[in-house]
Amino acid sequence: MSAVLEIAGLQKTYRSRKGVRRALDGFDMVVESGQVHGFLGPNGSGKTTTLRTLLGLIKPNGGRMVLLGREVPAALPEVAGQVGAIVESPQFFGPFTAKDTLSLLADAGGVDQRRVTEVLELVGLRDRAKERVKTYSLGMKQRLAVASALLKQPQLLILDEPANGLDPGGIREMRTLMRNLAESGMTVLLSSHILGEIQLICDSVTIISAGRRVATGSVADVLAQHASTSVRVRVESDLDMPAAAEALRAAGAEVRLEHDHLMVANVDKPALITRALAARDLYVSELAPVSVDLESVFLELTGTAPVEGQNRQVDQSAMSPAQGAWGQ
Amino acid sequence: MSLYKAETRRLIKRRFTKWLVAGSLVVLAAILAGIFLTNQKSSPEVIAKAKAEATQQYQQAVQRTASDKQACVAAQGTPNASQWPSNCDDLYQPTPEDFDYRSYMPSTFEFSKNFTVMVTTLAAIFALMAFVIGASFVGAEWSSGGMMNLLLWRPQRLKVLGTKLVALLVGMGVLTAAALAAWTGLFWIVATLRGTTTGMTAGAWQSVALTETRATVLVLTAAALGFGLASLGRHTAMALGAAIGVVILFQFGLVTVLSMAKVKFAEALLVPYWVQAWMDKSVKIEDYNSCDFSSTQGCQPATLTITWPMAGGVLAVALVLVVGAAMWTMRSRDVT
Repeated sequence: MSAVLEIAGLQKTYRSRKGVRRALDGFDMVVESGQVHGFLGPNGSGKTTTLRTLLGLIKPNGGRMVLLGREVPAALPEVAGQVGAIVESPQFFGPFTAKDTLSLLADAGGVDQRRVTEVLELVGLRDRAKERVKTYSLGMKQRLAVASALLKQPQLLILDEPANGLDPGGIREMRTLMRNLAESGMTVLLSSHILGEIQLICDSVTIISAGRRVATGSVADVLAQHASTSVRVRVESDLDMPAAAEALRAAGAEVRLEHDHLMVANVDKPALITRALAARDLYVSELAPVSVDLESVFLELTGTAPVEGQNRQVDQSAMSPAQGAWGQ
Repeated sequence: MSLYKAETRRLIKRRFTKWLVAGSLVVLAAILAGIFLTNQKSSPEVIAKAKAEATQQYQQAVQRTASDKQACVAAQGTPNASQWPSNCDDLYQPTPEDFDYRSYMPSTFEFSKNFTVMVTTLAAIFALMAFVIGASFVGAEWSSGGMMNLLLWRPQRLKVLGTKLVALLVGMGVLTAAALAAWTGLFWIVATLRGTTTGMTAGAWQSVALTETRATVLVLTAAALGFGLASLGRHTAMALGAAIGVVILFQFGLVTVLSMAKVKFAEALLVPYWVQAWMDKSVKIEDYNSCDFSSTQGCQPATLTITWPMAGGVLAVALVLVVGAAMWTMRSRDVT
């Protein structure tokens, strides 16, 4: 499998009166051909800056980017025709209709006008195509944005929060669309905060925090790398929980006492738990391995899990404030 | 070519463009109608009527003078004598020459004399329209996010902005040329029906053509300045704000202050003088505070003549500065 997109050591620094902020601090990413690749990161982590830089809207301060085998931004005009993209919220000239909007883009890109009708049909806007965009809901604008990205039948589709504003049906349609596009050979780079969606439709992911890559690989690999061996344990009586915790600690396990169960880690085999407890006449009523999901991995890697009693600020994430905060 | 076609379509499709062009044409139509209605052809009947009115006015003046003379004579030796000359023969006696029939003729449209003013009128209205259309054409694209979408399709910033500017200038050029052609034809009809077309020699037509060429250049410069300013600020309001700022700061504020300080030729800072110089080939500004004494003509004010090449130079410098800065910022600034 060849790489459609390669980013190495990408840097972008913003200077202002408040100081210098490193939005991208040596960021790396590789997207293989034919995959749906998830691009995750908390707010302000550098996702949109990465996409804008890749698409030539922002000039990087350093690093190397290769799109479809060509170094960009130098070769961007040559590869732009094969890259469809929406960046951040969909923005269009409100007084034009959806059909006019796409028709003008088709003219600008030298795309056959018949393609306009096809993509409007594809994103479900066929019957509303002659209405002005300013009358559209956020979800409809999002559909139009996806249509504009698909207009040139790209090899690589870059979508920044495509499910934003979509209703549940729309999200499911978008998921199916992504899958169908990937099956047709298109590579999709998908930036989203809906981690459940990413886990469902992506083959691989890259997680960014404070302008740096903190994890990458197939979804299964990333989950496996961060899967804990925790086991949830309940005993017959809640009153026995302190004694059970003591017994398991004595057996070498790490135990966290929750209000109605124990979270037990550092145990090779669950049988050790039943044996240690039975030895003290404590009997297990539930023994369940805790499966890790992408959300928990994301929160762990980016350090953005909510903490009771604290209001996390936008720039507070893994690796910040050392590299990410203003005034460095 | 596809980008140029798209930008031309975008310009024409915009309702703002359509409304502004329609509004400008309505104003021009109103001016044309006003000129048509307030002018009359000088037929023998109109001349005879004017002569009759001149004669009538002369006779009334003679009667008034005779009556005044009687009153003057009667007042001699009375307290009212001071209201009259001491010699009643000194009262002015009107002559027929004082009542030239031409003064009683209705206004008549002389194409050779009056049409260049009409060209300047069209140029001023179209320049204002072109400035706003130019500003909105690129400003609305920036503020709506359309420019970013376009750059995702055509990641060649200078080419995109340059093509937009060319599409605007070609569009405005074609519109202005068509409007000037129609304007010339319509006023030729007005002159034929309500005035005269005499005096339109080959030289006169050449002069009209040159004036119309300068009018077109003025309109295109205004369009490019509006476009450049809005592109610099990435918003239509930037161009309109700059225009209002120039009007308030220079046209009212600075000129008023400099005039109060009796600075020579402060009016030279007024944009309309330069536009007038460009359209009328020259404009003379007088400094009423100065006195160049001449034994034959007495005290004459000092003058500054702004010629059309000087005005053209100023237009060119403004154009290069604004459009050049817009291109430079387009090339170097991030699109966020």
